[in-house]
Amino acid sequence: MSDQQPYEPKIVAFLCKWCSSAGSDLAGVSRIQYPANATPITVPCTGAVSPMYIMSAFNKGADGVLVSGCHIGDCHYLEGNYLARRKMYLIMKLLEFIGVEQNRFRMSWVSAAEGAKFAQVITDFVGDLRPLGPQDKLKRAEIK
Amino acid sequence: MSKKRTGVFVCHCGTNIAATVDVAKVAREMSGEDTVAFTQEYVYMCSEPGQESVVQSIKDNKLDSIVVTCCSPNLHEKTFRDNAQRAGINNFTCEIANIREQCSWVHADKAKGTEKAIKISRSVVRRVNRNLPMDAVKVAVTRRAMVIGGGIAGIQAALDIANAGIEVILVEKQATIGGRMLQLSETFPTLDCSQCVLSPKMVEVNRHPNIRLMTYSEVKEVAGSVGNFRVKVHKRSSFVDPDKCKICDHCTEVCPVVVPNEYELGLTSRRAIYIPYAQAIPASFTLDEDACLGLNPIRCGKCKDVCEAGAIDYDMRPVTTTEEVGAIVVATGFDLYGPENMPELGGGRVEDVLDGLQFERLISASGATKGHILRPSDHKEPKDVVFIQCAGSRDPAKHCAYCSKICCMYTAKHARLYKKHVPDGRAYVFYIDIRSGGKGYEEFVQRTMEDDDTLYLRGRVSKLYRKGGKVRVMGTDTLTGQNVEIDADMVVLALAMTPSKGTMEIAKTLKIGRDKDGFLAEAHPKLRPVESVTGGIYLAGAAQAPKDIPETVAQAGAAAAKVIALLSQATLSRSPLIAKVRRSHCTGCGMCVEACPFIAIRLEGGKAVVNEALCEGCGSCSATCLRAAIDVKNVTQMQIHEMIEACLA
Repeated sequence: MSDQQPYEPKIVAFLCKWCSSAGSDLAGVSRIQYPANATPITVPCTGAVSPMYIMSAFNKGADGVLVSGCHIGDCHYLEGNYLARRKMYLIMKLLEFIGVEQNRFRMSWVSAAEGAKFAQVITDFVGDLRPLGPQDKLKRAEIK
Repeated sequence: MSKKRTGVFVCHCGTNIAATVDVAKVAREMSGEDTVAFTQEYVYMCSEPGQESVVQSIKDNKLDSIVVTCCSPNLHEKTFRDNAQRAGINNFTCEIANIREQCSWVHADKAKGTEKAIKISRSVVRRVNRNLPMDAVKVAVTRRAMVIGGGIAGIQAALDIANAGIEVILVEKQATIGGRMLQLSETFPTLDCSQCVLSPKMVEVNRHPNIRLMTYSEVKEVAGSVGNFRVKVHKRSSFVDPDKCKICDHCTEVCPVVVPNEYELGLTSRRAIYIPYAQAIPASFTLDEDACLGLNPIRCGKCKDVCEAGAIDYDMRPVTTTEEVGAIVVATGFDLYGPENMPELGGGRVEDVLDGLQFERLISASGATKGHILRPSDHKEPKDVVFIQCAGSRDPAKHCAYCSKICCMYTAKHARLYKKHVPDGRAYVFYIDIRSGGKGYEEFVQRTMEDDDTLYLRGRVSKLYRKGGKVRVMGTDTLTGQNVEIDADMVVLALAMTPSKGTMEIAKTLKIGRDKDGFLAEAHPKLRPVESVTGGIYLAGAAQAPKDIPETVAQAGAAAAKVIALLSQATLSRSPLIAKVRRSHCTGCGMCVEACPFIAIRLEGGKAVVNEALCEGCGSCSATCLRAAIDVKNVTQMQIHEMIEACLA
């Protein structure tokens, strides 16, 4: 048996400032523990998450990408998350088309009051990514 | 552009960060970044010496931007941006890396936590590299406030704001202001008459030169932002001109339609044309459109025929107006948890089982029984009354997890008032704990137990049902360990407080958050308890959390003070982080125009142009642009790509 570290998926999590980032703050204030695999990037709104960001994250070696925002209908900017939902659906289709496992990309709606849900979303995502192993389909080759 | 000189300040936050993140390692790693010229760690960066050291370090090391790795930007972004400005650099070149809420508090594994803290910090350092200095945009303030909800919270907030010389629009959904407090009989712990305390305030609202009252009205749409909201208010038609109505009551004498009276919580009935309450403000009858036979003189028209004042107008139409206000106070109150959710307590279908508010109407001198306690089924005086506390509260498995806070007190009040009306009656109270924190509250409960001889039973009720003209209550007394069965003449449920239906609707309309129980969420549980997360929108009363009248009045006053402070400024600083077009890259395709939720982008001469007054900086445009020609300032696509890189390094 090897004594090497177990595989830890690397996740980039785009969190909207108003809901999901505040929700992750609440998880912190409530001290709800969850895996450290996801590094958050706070954006004004999920509507500001360009599909290019998702591809860029996979390209730079992410094993999973999460986009999390306000619940549908609750967007601080009225309809940003509707726009995001449409774009992210296309991204899902595109990833499927190029053969990247669907479980590597996830969208969730976490409000500022849902600290426990945020922790659960990350925990579930990490759990689903583990069996998939490292993502290398879209990862750029190391140039030495 | 010459190379940035960024300073990174790593906060230990006592042991809050340092216990699970190797702060020295974070500082060391950051000093390896190309643009970082200075790093420092300190035990409490937000303390006075910590802040001084940030200012001094910026000056001494000629830093042009700083990253503070500490708690959430919601707490100290402003603190450190102010420090940046104090040290002579632009405040928008300061960014916060959140390594407490998003890292040290949620990851116990120090190695993994440290690794993540480094990634977060590095990504923010990369972001700040491309941050541009910026000046806040100044916008004029509309010196007028809107208060939504005309209960005691709304009334108090409106009066306080109006007394400061600021115009207030008070919007109330019902035909009269007064809210829940108007339905109460006496109030704890002083047992003073609720309406006697409230009515003068209602009259004051009506007469105040700075208050415009809009009853029977609802907020339908809100646009704009802090300092300049545009609110669409829909005023339903009351079909009675309040200026002409003499409240002579002739119309109700002839109206043939009988419906349950909401104000009396269904204990009595009213006509289709009615006045909700004798001292209603505005003092006018209202014609209930849904109950009326048809607003048509051919079908009925009796009320119009007898109205000598000519106040009734069947052709009156609803009116929608747009009001411009600078700040909004939301005071939309509470409802009671539906008894239909509790089959174990009769599910709202067992006769002579009332809720707390119905009992208030029953003992109120202005109520259906003129203050005589008579049970609804046979109008006899009940001799055994069981009060059940925590009906729906403190029950995470089946009902509401939270404590409704006021029920211990109002149940004690109910028991005392009952004993006052029926001295030979017996009152029983089932309780889990008695929570009587508050001035004079504990003494009040003790008097209920001792002087008024109320039997307090510590335990829950498992079942109640109708048996032989009485209500059999089956419960336990956990202090003696025995089951208790009481054949009661009447049962009063202290139902949990829930956010009102209107609160849920207004939260959607205003886009302000709600907590897990549905109450309006405050911006910070301790430090910003009367502000919503959205600037310029404040909270008051039981819409935010269960609370009693003194607390509600205090919170309404606090919300009013916030509004007054806001509207006392001639101009407001608006975030300059809005969209900007790179004209050289723009092809004029118009995708951003379509994507913008604020209609802030238009095409001019084949290029996109941003209206800076309308742009909120959401970034929907930049995510849509195929050529990266439009970006939100300081959150550019280039910056995000570099942050992604840092997260995965």
